Amino acid sequence: MNEKTAVSLSGVAKGFRTWKRGPNGAWWRRRRDLKVALEPLDLNVPAGGVTGIIGPNGSGKSTLIRILGTLLTPDSGSASVFGLDVVAQAPSVRRHINRVSVEASFFKELSCWENMLYAARLYGSADSGARRRVEQLMERLGLPGDTLDRPMKQLSRGQQQKVAIARSFMTTPSLLLLDEPTTGLDPRSKREVQELLRSLRREREVTVLLCTHDLDEAAALSDRVIMLDYGKVLADGTPAELCERFGQPDLEEVFMQLSGRSLAEDEEESE
Amino acid sequence: MTRLELPALRHEADALWGFAERQFNLVKRYWAWEVLWLFYSLVSVLSIGYLASGLSLAGFSARDFHRTQLYLLVGSLLWSYLSSVFTDVSFAISWERWEGTIEYTFMAPVRRLTHLLGICLFAIVYGLLRSAIVLAIAIPLFKLDLSRSDLLAASAVLAAATVPLVGIGILAAVLPLLSPEKGDQMAMAVQGFLLLVSGVYYPLSVLPGPFQVAGRLSPLTYTLSGIRDCLLNGHHLGDMLPTLGLLLAMGAVLIPGGLVVFGWAEGRAKQLGLLKRSG
Repeated sequence: MNEKTAVSLSGVAKGFRTWKRGPNGAWWRRRRDLKVALEPLDLNVPAGGVTGIIGPNGSGKSTLIRILGTLLTPDSGSASVFGLDVVAQAPSVRRHINRVSVEASFFKELSCWENMLYAARLYGSADSGARRRVEQLMERLGLPGDTLDRPMKQLSRGQQQKVAIARSFMTTPSLLLLDEPTTGLDPRSKREVQELLRSLRREREVTVLLCTHDLDEAAALSDRVIMLDYGKVLADGTPAELCERFGQPDLEEVFMQLSGRSLAEDEEESE
Repeated sequence: MTRLELPALRHEADALWGFAERQFNLVKRYWAWEVLWLFYSLVSVLSIGYLASGLSLAGFSARDFHRTQLYLLVGSLLWSYLSSVFTDVSFAISWERWEGTIEYTFMAPVRRLTHLLGICLFAIVYGLLRSAIVLAIAIPLFKLDLSRSDLLAASAVLAAATVPLVGIGILAAVLPLLSPEKGDQMAMAVQGFLLLVSGVYYPLSVLPGPFQVAGRLSPLTYTLSGIRDCLLNGHHLGDMLPTLGLLLAMGAVLIPGGLVVFGWAEGRAKQLGLLKRSG
């Protein structure tokens, strides 16, 4: 077991300020609201394995992923990736990470290969063998041979998400941030993406943080699960430990017991 | 700034090419829009040329008709070039937000200078190409006489102007970062102000004092007057050395200054959560 720490958070908190107009107020009068996304959070994730971060929409999952991805600055506390501070050493952190988000981030008019080549150039892996490597990845993903030269907009959402995962693995990250990679996919695409993650995990030395509100997915893929709600940690442990600790048959029931809400309903609403 | 080793330098060069290549691919895919923009630039320049023709027919002094026409056409053509670079660079950031790729790009292990230089360099090369097409159409149409012009000196001024233009481009790219909703409109407003104070269609002396001061701070002013001197007054490269020096000095201030401002805006966007697609 590798004891190296992949992710370390100490008192990390984040809130967002917005200007809002009162229901009966004058049009020029606005008040400042603070929406807390993450309460002060302490967390250590050892290198290797999959840690599932589960919680409903607005629980702080994506905020956490964005802080680790150097896309958000925490209001307080410190966060590090492989010992590198995500604010002070952001450029070094970026060499270790990649992210797959709920919206596949592609230039939709460009072909799959043009998007892949762009990523390869940014991550310094655009050598003469890049095209072959991408072709092999696409083959493993079960994507048709002509996919690589088709515009992204012509691919289904499931196919786009598979390409996003392939792109993230092309850059060989040490920490992979998966922000709801299967949300909105049809059941078949969901299963294919989950199977791909399993097989890639078996083959590569990578630490995965998987944000999801699909509890079956979290239970199936994660070694450890952290439940978040309103920016606070509700529970932390392996799926089996959590079920045993709270005397519930599955994670959905555990979450229900702790929060008084159902994650399944939240998932249906978001889809 | 930390020293770059050779492999890191190669990576940055590859990434720089990657940004320029991405912009080229986007232009290729949106070619119909590009044709429309080229048409818009062309008709803008031509209408200014015909304005000069109209003034002479309307009884205004025709003595310096060709000189006036060339004066206005140089302004119009250069403005078309400079504004296209300005728009392309600021729009590159908005475009990424619209496509939903902005977070992916900002997470990449690439220096911000490389990112912005890649976008600026493509915008400059592409802007020059578009302007060359418009110029090639305008020369025979208006029977422009460039026999007394020093084209080499004019090209040198244009090349030197690229340096401060990159700095202005970086500053333009800050605006969509400051405001996801109004960044493009802010860029348009700044562009309009530059048009007003940089002596595009008239000498700076016709402007009120404060606008003249603003005009003197704009590198576009010296680019326009330098190129006009080469094309209209037959000034040579030697005469242009002070202008070239001034433009390079302005670039030496504007590029690092632009990077500092961009760094501040990026930090602010990360603090306020403005990088995501919805803003």
